Amino acid sequence: MKSYDVIIIGGGVVGCMTARALSRYRLDVLLIEKESDIGMGASSANSAIIHAGHDPIPGTLKAEMNRLGNPMWDQLSRDLDIPFKRTGAYVVAVGPEEQAALEGLLQRGRENRVECEIISGEEMRRREPKVNPEVSGALYTPTAGLVDTFAACLAPLENAVMNGVEVMTETEFQGFIRSGRQITGIHTNRGDIACRWVINAAGVHSDEVMHLAGEREDFHITPRKGEYLILDGAEFKLDNILFPVPSAVSKGILVLGSTHGNVVVGPNSVADPDKEDTAVTPAGLEEVWSGARKLVPELNPRAVIAVFAGLRATGNAPTRAPGVTYSHDFIIEIAQEVDGLINLAGIESPGLTSAPAIAERVVELLRGAGETMQEKPDWNPIRRARPRFSQLSRQEQAELVRRDPRYGRVVCRCETVTEGEIVAEIHAPVPARTYDAIKRRTWTGTGRCQGAFDLPRVVDILSRELGIPVTEVTKKGRGSAFLVRPTKEVEA
Amino acid sequence: MSDAKQYDVVVIGSGPGGLAAAISAKKTGADRVLIIERDVEPGGILLQCIHNGFGVEVFKQDLPGPAYAQRFIDEAFQVGVEFMLDTMVLEITRERRITAVSRKHGFVELQARAVVLAMGCRERTRAQIRLPGHRPAGVYTAGTAQRWVNVEGYMPGKRFVILGSGDIGMIMARRLTYEGAKVERVLEVMPYLSGLTRNYVQCLLDNDIELQLRHTVRRILGKNRVEAVEAVAVDEQMNYIPGTEEIIPCDTLLLSVGLIPENELSRQAGVAIDPITGGPFVDDSFQTSVPGIFSAGNVVHVYDLVDWVTEAGLTAGKSAARLVRSGLAAGDGPALPLKAGENVRYVVPHTLRPDHLADGDIRVQLRVRQPLERPVWVELRSGDKLLHRKGEPYARPGEMITLPVRPNLMDELKAAGELTVAVVAR
Repeated sequence: MKSYDVIIIGGGVVGCMTARALSRYRLDVLLIEKESDIGMGASSANSAIIHAGHDPIPGTLKAEMNRLGNPMWDQLSRDLDIPFKRTGAYVVAVGPEEQAALEGLLQRGRENRVECEIISGEEMRRREPKVNPEVSGALYTPTAGLVDTFAACLAPLENAVMNGVEVMTETEFQGFIRSGRQITGIHTNRGDIACRWVINAAGVHSDEVMHLAGEREDFHITPRKGEYLILDGAEFKLDNILFPVPSAVSKGILVLGSTHGNVVVGPNSVADPDKEDTAVTPAGLEEVWSGARKLVPELNPRAVIAVFAGLRATGNAPTRAPGVTYSHDFIIEIAQEVDGLINLAGIESPGLTSAPAIAERVVELLRGAGETMQEKPDWNPIRRARPRFSQLSRQEQAELVRRDPRYGRVVCRCETVTEGEIVAEIHAPVPARTYDAIKRRTWTGTGRCQGAFDLPRVVDILSRELGIPVTEVTKKGRGSAFLVRPTKEVEA
Repeated sequence: MSDAKQYDVVVIGSGPGGLAAAISAKKTGADRVLIIERDVEPGGILLQCIHNGFGVEVFKQDLPGPAYAQRFIDEAFQVGVEFMLDTMVLEITRERRITAVSRKHGFVELQARAVVLAMGCRERTRAQIRLPGHRPAGVYTAGTAQRWVNVEGYMPGKRFVILGSGDIGMIMARRLTYEGAKVERVLEVMPYLSGLTRNYVQCLLDNDIELQLRHTVRRILGKNRVEAVEAVAVDEQMNYIPGTEEIIPCDTLLLSVGLIPENELSRQAGVAIDPITGGPFVDDSFQTSVPGIFSAGNVVHVYDLVDWVTEAGLTAGKSAARLVRSGLAAGDGPALPLKAGENVRYVVPHTLRPDHLADGDIRVQLRVRQPLERPVWVELRSGDKLLHRKGEPYARPGEMITLPVRPNLMDELKAAGELTVAVVAR
């Protein structure tokens, strides 16, 4: 049985950032992911915002991690080549009731030590002419930003792999192996794996993982589904992040121009006991659309090119800080009932923003538990993204094609993705092995035609590069093959 | 870069519109004519249309798609049209400078004296009809499935539901049945067929495939692969009718929910686009709003018959060659606006030059808004004055109507102002 110092359960942004943070030290680290690719859960189905941190209740772990995480993104995005923009964001108030609520938000923001100010409706209209003309004022938070959410998972994990971390996909955690109080390994669908530490970054399933260790049995995750619509940036442009005045349960349905140039609207917030249910509903889309139109009335329904839903890992953990009453806080702690388990649970928004801070907290927890945490002398913090043809200048494109003619074949017309890019992702440190994995990494198939042109071509490339029959090429792993059999073959 | 290669006419796309345009440009006096095609061989979408029904108007023969295409491919090579295959055009400027890239030719810059846009159309997708549910494998546009079955030789499923009664969907229903798959149903949200009646008869009726009008898919079930769809009836306002929900088990949902002209390159070049057709505003020579840039075929508006695409291509190519030859923009005389009147959704061309009738008929083509299942007049009017009319046995949105304008109308048209076309009950 292969043995590791640390096994991380879950390849979401928290798991990937933790893997990278640990890759700095002399530890054998394995990250396991039950799906066919990393970042398939909430980490890549969210609003992509690096939150300023005005919103969480002061004194909560959410507020602390948000405050610590936000400033880390500048260096991270440079070191790891993650598309990131500090755009600032606005909470837009319409009418006297919402205008009054802005004052409360400003107060909370200041308590959280977040830079923020209230601007007039007129100023808001000047900065974003497409905003609802009845806007009465807005809270402006200049440190908010936008990130490429999938790159936020992939880049740190690739960097971790460069520094010796191992990754196993389609590997599902099934239980702990213990010797008394001490965890000595885990059971998986691919067999048992020994380890000294388990880091539970299992997202919506993190409650079930800790319960298998007898930990915090009163802790439960009840996911809240958020549905989104994406509008073609060529049809409708927007340069800002606009939030409505928040409700008790969520920050509300927002409208934003993404790092990719498209416009994203959403999410709603619907409690959903099914932890795998990312289905989009007619009622949900309607709710999102009308919510978004409140902020930007001229949104054009004909520009919608995609819809998706994500599940927030909403937990019921009370904040432990004295004097703070809040019951949906993060859990970032060493387990009490067993030795060798760290739980990172209930990580919903602002989880993406907080992930790098959470990862650093894991390092501190391990150190506090007596791990020596010796740094590797040859740790390399730099990871470069592979070239994206569509983002290069004409001259750079010409140069790339000269060097490797495969960059001269455009496979995805709408997003101008080339065969060279797709092949590079299939052979990358964290390889893309499915159509959706290619899509998340290259934006293939995400444009106007939604894959109608590229799909057969990408299936062929995957088959060729992976050395498997086209009938075994899948959309997202087991049970999701595109093709069932050759024509002219009689079915058994 | 000033070392760009010079061409008289560059045609973007080698489907039926592009092939016809290149051939006619070459034959009517353009010297260097080049077709740029993104696929590895010429012919466009015809190559996957292995069913018959092509060429009845142009050749008076009923041909399969690849055979129809081959006649034009052969002729193009014969008359000396140049081809650049497996090459994607990245950009066209107003000044007709073209940037393209390919594995074989590398990075290419070209200068054309005239451009013919012939990029065809693409299929509407799941998102455009906002189809809720999971995002499993097994949801494909009918055209993607057609490519897999007819070109690549693979079956994308065993049990199908087809949403939309477009022609490709109905043709695929038949094709998949012949390949041993079960097509459970074709659902159409409108109260009428969106494709041709002949396809309904030959593809659905003849194969006992049920068509349900006023029905749509409410959601898709299955997380990894489609397991079923939930169908539902809709009322006149397109609202779901509660109690009519039905789960139809299947492993594949094909979408045949409409086609959209592919005009991203046209927009880049500054060509004005008609929001109704989704294609460029064109005059009767198929010149767009940008002088020297022409367009032909499904990139202008989506045709029912490939024969008409070919004829549009022939006109566009001839016009491009005339521009190259004489320096004369196709528009020599004054142009009259041509507008959609009563029960007409759109009409192409958008403007008409009576002078051009000296060269022969001008074909006006239109689609109606509402079906009229009785004899109708298709009328060309100038104000209240009826200039010309033609009878049709019925009018359906799924079937394009052609109104030829004859040379004998030239003088009357020259005296006319804005023209409208209407379709009224006889």
